[in-house]
Amino acid sequence: MSTLGLYAADVVALARKDLKLELRARDTLPAMLLFVLSTLAVFHFALPAGAGESAAYGLLWIAIIFTALLGLARAWAPEREGGALDGLVLAPCDRSAIWLGKSLATLAFLTAAELVAIPAFALFFAPVDLVAVAGVVLASIGICAVGSLLAAMAAASRGREVILPLLFLPLAIPLVVGGVGAGISPQGSTYLSFLGLYDLVFAILAWATFEYVVTE
Amino acid sequence: MSSRNNLPLLAFAAAGLLGLAVVLALIVAPEDANQGVSQRIFYFHVPIALTAYLCFGLGAWKALRLLWMGGERRDLESYTWIHQGTIFGALTLITGSIWARASWGVWWSWSSNQLVLFLVLFLFYCAYFMLRFSIEEGARRERICAVYALFGVALIPVSFFAIRLANDFIHPTVFTRAGPQMTHTMFAAFLVCLAAISLLAYVMYRVELVGKRTDASLRELREMLS
Repeated sequence: MSTLGLYAADVVALARKDLKLELRARDTLPAMLLFVLSTLAVFHFALPAGAGESAAYGLLWIAIIFTALLGLARAWAPEREGGALDGLVLAPCDRSAIWLGKSLATLAFLTAAELVAIPAFALFFAPVDLVAVAGVVLASIGICAVGSLLAAMAAASRGREVILPLLFLPLAIPLVVGGVGAGISPQGSTYLSFLGLYDLVFAILAWATFEYVVTE
Repeated sequence: MSSRNNLPLLAFAAAGLLGLAVVLALIVAPEDANQGVSQRIFYFHVPIALTAYLCFGLGAWKALRLLWMGGERRDLESYTWIHQGTIFGALTLITGSIWARASWGVWWSWSSNQLVLFLVLFLFYCAYFMLRFSIEEGARRERICAVYALFGVALIPVSFFAIRLANDFIHPTVFTRAGPQMTHTMFAAFLVCLAAISLLAYVMYRVELVGKRTDASLRELREMLS
């Protein structure tokens, strides 16, 4: 097999391990689904009457960001609890494959949460068009690429649950700008290309630097 | 240690240059025709902001060198630059807020791209300190902090674009700060202020670094004795 093929096989194996663990233990995904629905329900009461669709659309993004945070906080929990991260780092695979596998698994969870959140949002608040959905997809890639690296950093610290949102939220601001812009602005494509640029820049950066975060 | 000996000299030079900058900015430079006396904060606000960028950039540069070649020394240098950057970033927020009050009548304006960018950066780099102080000292902390510092310099241009884009849908009208073209005297005063404030940042960086290194050697000595 070519080097690229081996790399892809490593990534797939790592991502599948996370999905399998989730299917057996059901630690994260049900919590994310329930959280995103509860948040949307709370937003109905947080929005003053007549606040309009744009305001509701902003809140959808708050719901997505916080749901992602909920999933990311648990992203490295299986490795940490079992002490498996050291084993993964020692394994004869490229260390960036660990990051890519984790990002893909987190992306799968986040997508599942969004598959519930977006129809629920359309039902409760306002219709969602195709450009807005494209914005959600692109932003989710960025959230998972940056988030799984930051979650690995936070997992190395003492106050991991507290640290992760602090690290993540300033980096998520451009994603919120792109996502909200894609939903409500008439020039949605500008925002989509901005999100694509964000994904590219930060995915390359995270891919290149992940090794330094996990090695002792 | 010849490099340590020139520190008092540099400190005096920074103090002298800063005095000159204050005189130039407040007395010599002509008053702005539109904004009047409040425009004079420009001579401090903009150089402080540029110096903060410079500090963040140098912090990331040291971080990159750390990841590249290793070396405990570079971790401390990167941290100290980022610390100075955060101090100057906070000063940018304060002077920007005063300027916003003087020229627009509000203490905070989301339509001022620079101010919002500095708020984002300030939050980002405050989290750097939270992260740093909650990881045990050692090679891993050095590398994690270095990676985070690199994310910072990627965040600066990305946030800059994001905030420009956000203004399109949050505030359709954008205040423009650009007054008439600067005169030669104004530009000279600006340059002197910029030189003075960057030199001040460098001196503060050196002082902090000397202090931190002394701390580290003292700790080592104490450990050797006990």
